[in-house]
Amino acid sequence: MAHRVEVGIRPEFRDPRGEGVAREVREFLHLPVEEVRTLDVYTLDLGLGDDDLAAVGDALVDPVIQEWTLGEPYGPRGFPGFHWAVEVGFLPGVTDNVGRTAKEAVEMRLGRGFPHDRQVYTAVQYLIRGEALTRDQVERLARDLLANELIHRWRVLSAEEFARAGGFPAEVPRVRGGGGGRVEAVDLEIPDEALLALSRQRLLALTLDEMRAIRDHYRDPAVRRLRKELGLPAGPTDVELECLAQTWSEHCKHKIFNATIEYHDETGTRRTIRSLFKTYIVGATERVRRGKGDRDFCLSVFKDNAGVIAFNQDWSLCFKVETHNSPSALDPYGGALTGIVGVNRDPMGTGMGARLIFNVDTFCFANPFLEGELPPRLLHPRRIYEGVVRGVEHGGNKSGIPTVNGCVVFDERYLGKPLVYCGTAGLIPREVAGRPGHEKAARPGDRIVMVGGRIGKDGIHGATFSSEELHEGSPATAVQLGDPITQKRLYDFLQIARDRGLYSSITDNGAGGLSSSVGEMAEQSGGARLDLGRAPLKYPGLDPWEILVSESQERMTLAVPPENLEAFLGLAREMRVEATDLGEFTDEGAFHVLHDGRTVAYLPLGFLHEGLPEMRLRARWEKPVHPEPTFPCPGDLTDELTGLLGRLNICSKESIVRKYDHEVQGGSVVKPFVGVVNDGPSDAAVVRPVLESFEGVVTANGIVPRYSDIDTYAMAAAAVDEAVRNALCVGASLDHLAALDNFCWCDPVASERNPDGEYKLAQLVRANEALYDLTVAYGIPLISGKDSMKNDYVHGDLKISIPPTLLVSVIGRIEDVRRCVTMDAKRPGDRVYVLGITRPELGGSEYWAARGFVGNRVPRVRPEETLPLYRGLENAIRRGWVASCHDCSDGGLAVALAETAFSGGLGIEADLSGVPMERVERDDELLFSESPGRFVVTVRPEHAGAFEEALAGTAFAPVGTVTDEPVLVLRGLDGRPVVNARIDELKRAWQAPLAALG
Amino acid sequence: MPKVKALVLTGNGTNCEREMAHACRLAGAEATVVHTAEVFAGRVRLADYDFLNLPGGFLDGDDLGAAKAGAVRFRYGRVRDNGTHRFFDDLMAFVAAGKLVLGVCNGFQLLVKLGLLPALGGRYGEPTASLTHNDSGRFEDRWVYLRVDPATPCVFTRGLDRLYYPVRHGEGKFVTGEPRMLAEMESAGLVALRYTDPQGNPTQTYPWNPNGSPSAVAGVCDPTGRVFGLMPHPEAFLHRTNHPRWTREDLPEEGQGLALFRNAVEYLRG
Repeated sequence: MAHRVEVGIRPEFRDPRGEGVAREVREFLHLPVEEVRTLDVYTLDLGLGDDDLAAVGDALVDPVIQEWTLGEPYGPRGFPGFHWAVEVGFLPGVTDNVGRTAKEAVEMRLGRGFPHDRQVYTAVQYLIRGEALTRDQVERLARDLLANELIHRWRVLSAEEFARAGGFPAEVPRVRGGGGGRVEAVDLEIPDEALLALSRQRLLALTLDEMRAIRDHYRDPAVRRLRKELGLPAGPTDVELECLAQTWSEHCKHKIFNATIEYHDETGTRRTIRSLFKTYIVGATERVRRGKGDRDFCLSVFKDNAGVIAFNQDWSLCFKVETHNSPSALDPYGGALTGIVGVNRDPMGTGMGARLIFNVDTFCFANPFLEGELPPRLLHPRRIYEGVVRGVEHGGNKSGIPTVNGCVVFDERYLGKPLVYCGTAGLIPREVAGRPGHEKAARPGDRIVMVGGRIGKDGIHGATFSSEELHEGSPATAVQLGDPITQKRLYDFLQIARDRGLYSSITDNGAGGLSSSVGEMAEQSGGARLDLGRAPLKYPGLDPWEILVSESQERMTLAVPPENLEAFLGLAREMRVEATDLGEFTDEGAFHVLHDGRTVAYLPLGFLHEGLPEMRLRARWEKPVHPEPTFPCPGDLTDELTGLLGRLNICSKESIVRKYDHEVQGGSVVKPFVGVVNDGPSDAAVVRPVLESFEGVVTANGIVPRYSDIDTYAMAAAAVDEAVRNALCVGASLDHLAALDNFCWCDPVASERNPDGEYKLAQLVRANEALYDLTVAYGIPLISGKDSMKNDYVHGDLKISIPPTLLVSVIGRIEDVRRCVTMDAKRPGDRVYVLGITRPELGGSEYWAARGFVGNRVPRVRPEETLPLYRGLENAIRRGWVASCHDCSDGGLAVALAETAFSGGLGIEADLSGVPMERVERDDELLFSESPGRFVVTVRPEHAGAFEEALAGTAFAPVGTVTDEPVLVLRGLDGRPVVNARIDELKRAWQAPLAALG
Repeated sequence: MPKVKALVLTGNGTNCEREMAHACRLAGAEATVVHTAEVFAGRVRLADYDFLNLPGGFLDGDDLGAAKAGAVRFRYGRVRDNGTHRFFDDLMAFVAAGKLVLGVCNGFQLLVKLGLLPALGGRYGEPTASLTHNDSGRFEDRWVYLRVDPATPCVFTRGLDRLYYPVRHGEGKFVTGEPRMLAEMESAGLVALRYTDPQGNPTQTYPWNPNGSPSAVAGVCDPTGRVFGLMPHPEAFLHRTNHPRWTREDLPEEGQGLALFRNAVEYLRG
């Protein structure tokens, strides 16, 4: 029998969770709610006796601020005036972190354990006071705010119903249903249409070519003979087919990036590109590395879960950024939480495993204040925003990894699919057990050991909707929920196991689950024999193929030499980490999968990894033409500047950033917010990961999807340049800077449903060209990256495609963090300089966007011009001549000057007629153009000479002075003031827009 | 002079063990980071140390409320020796032996939920106070101004007055079960540390008081002054480059956080 415990906060204490819900309901749903109090509900399905139950309170309740009831409702006692009650719990099979902790607390209290199938299930009860509320409104509130139908179940009771029923009943959302263990033979000797239909039905996402390649493999007489000997059917088993589909998926094989593309440009010239990835990304890095010669710092690029570069004698540095877009669209909180906790496992599984030193995150959302009807199945952007922010908050903070850098970009088209980029950097020892720490190899005979969480149906087939409707008793397969604490335990354990030299290889279980992790590691040894029957399951009823491809979180796969197995498993037991021996790595040349000793899949490694037919695609570039703005230049630009500062893409993101612990681990040097009252926007982050040393790691990002509307070449070039500039602003060196590329595109494969696919592919080609050109020009190796190619929403005739988006993230080493610089003006009397040339490049700018224009003259990066400037600036900062340095990007010079001034709590008086410029004819061009390659720098008067010497030969000019008077005065082309504003007013405009979002 | 031996406990969600150990070392102690599993296995004995550090983090995810499940582990968990005994007995013996305990953030929450703080009237082990959700309802990372109660018996804050540290918590509002208790704590000097405005006056105003703690409580000690817990993170300010305005202010090389650890080591050296 299950026991129901309700825990409430004593009436004399505040309930901020309830207050937050009430505020959201009023502001967001505009419903007449007066007060909300919340309760924690625990349903204990542990078979407890009466003596045990008396002690449960010790485990679950804080006696000072809470009260609890057993088997009766708390609401009438603690909050008797409520009109409605809503209870929200999880659907069967959804990760219930609080339930897991509650079970452990009860176990610790009682001093004994309970079997795996006895659980504690949690729910939250909302008691709502609001006399005028109708049932429909409360139902809406539950559906649109408190619960998510993909992971939650909920019930609504009026006060009267509540009284009649004695509150909510004790419900046990255990996964029911038996079965499991079934293996099916699949017949591929069917017509083409049927092959395609099969791919669709089983959510394999394989093309006809790929289905045929699989069919042909099974026609091979040698294959048939072998299968007969193994007792396998002639055609594939479902286990084999699912394994191939995972291994060959776009996600794992990057088919579009590896396709042969016939590219037609706007002049009708045609050329063939054999693999964007090899041509532009690997190609750029190879060239950069050759150019660096013995100063090359790359250690492991493109082949592991994260890219690895040198840091110092003792440590290497690795970095990876991933996206988690579709899951975040479905369940913003769970999707983002899983995104951050998931990308943590990439460095954890790189080389012999990293210590994690920081997280970064960049989000692309639609306007959270959007009004009006939403297309079906889309969540409101405000829910996405708040859920994603909270998911990353919990994932990062609870893992003890500082979140140090990021960006939030707004565009209406992200309504179709929000983008959630999460990244993690780590340090790997240069040597582990006498071998390079960034290398690893499973050896024949090593045991296959899975550690961490158990396997359920979570995330089978990624985030694609299962065709089966979710119902009571059926596990939720579409959405996963990360569990930071299980992963934290796993991580603590792995650090010790690594340093004791207990394993020879490690990788994470992400997309494709065991099929990917074991399948990839099998390449190191030359084969693997894996018994799925030994895998620990969350609940019974899984078929072998489901166990193989499940994406249940918080799992790593390791190769453990047999002589270390006992020590490894013993350490895991002691640290409460589940570790299971699932088989062995071999050199038999095949991925051999068994279930309780019976062979269920046998895939030759050659076919598994090399059998995928190449994709052939066509790209056609046509330069879009947008109307040119014609409005006259306003005489005074103060209002324009104030308006720009309040635009979503420019305004302060402090309300998000403060929720992220950016200082844990103790090495924070340049924080996200700096300046006289700690609220000015940093360009980049610097941390000191080894506390005994002053060497630092810098990270920054660049992302400018608005420019994609004109030309993705300009977009990608600007993203690289912005990331580099941001890093330079705080003191990075181009000599030791590497980059990651993360492409999020709208579907670039043309089809009937996607008629402009060829154009989108051309956009992808052009972005790659720019990435190559700029990284080669700046000498920055690309060390890792990722692509997400299907960011579209389709419903009937409505299609929303995201703007092609490239996030460039840079990472580098800083020799001495004490030389770092921040962006805030420091002292009255300091000189103000503008570096770089301003041109009338307002195409895609925030200024024009504010007036509803895109335009055509998109900012162009000129490395021949910027590179000498960057070298000079780098030198000037290293020598200590620079007091502040701020990147000039969205909103142009005026925004950069305003931010520099108000962050320092000081004024700036500047005459911009002296700014280096070309063809600038209007003051608004001068102030708001987004030409790349520019900075606002302040310099102490006594350093001015040395500073100017360091930059000699580049385009820069002194334009004014930092002033005591808290006013920003900017003079335009004819020397007349065009901006005259108090800095506190500018700052208020900049801080207001997102301040109130929860 | 014998080395002061500092133990930094970690595991199950603790996050700040590395910088906590670094602080102990900078202050002259010999610091060891130990996973609680090692202690429960009986391989590391609390009694062999002088200075117990409970760092920040999210014990068990703070899933049942901050450090609640962690407190259950510390109170009911058993250490393997020849048979077994309660870890909590070791902890009480450690305190009774005149040694030092410092809990930061989650470690403070743990001490309070274990009833080791404030332990007014020597009621060690009886939970009489708690740390609950910030009035803002939000987790926040921000720097706060602090002031030491000159009359406090706290050994960690000796000779200190105004401090500037970061807070990073969602559950930092100090509350007592008995409303009168806070006044008694104050008159006994147990409210060792308070949030202040930039001028140094204790404040209830957000964000200077980041969580709405009554009487601006930021840190609390026991009546002996040897057990001390605080929400702000001294171990996050060990060098001037940790300060949010180090690029614009003239600051001493050493961060202000180290002072607490220096006091601890000095006290233990006698």
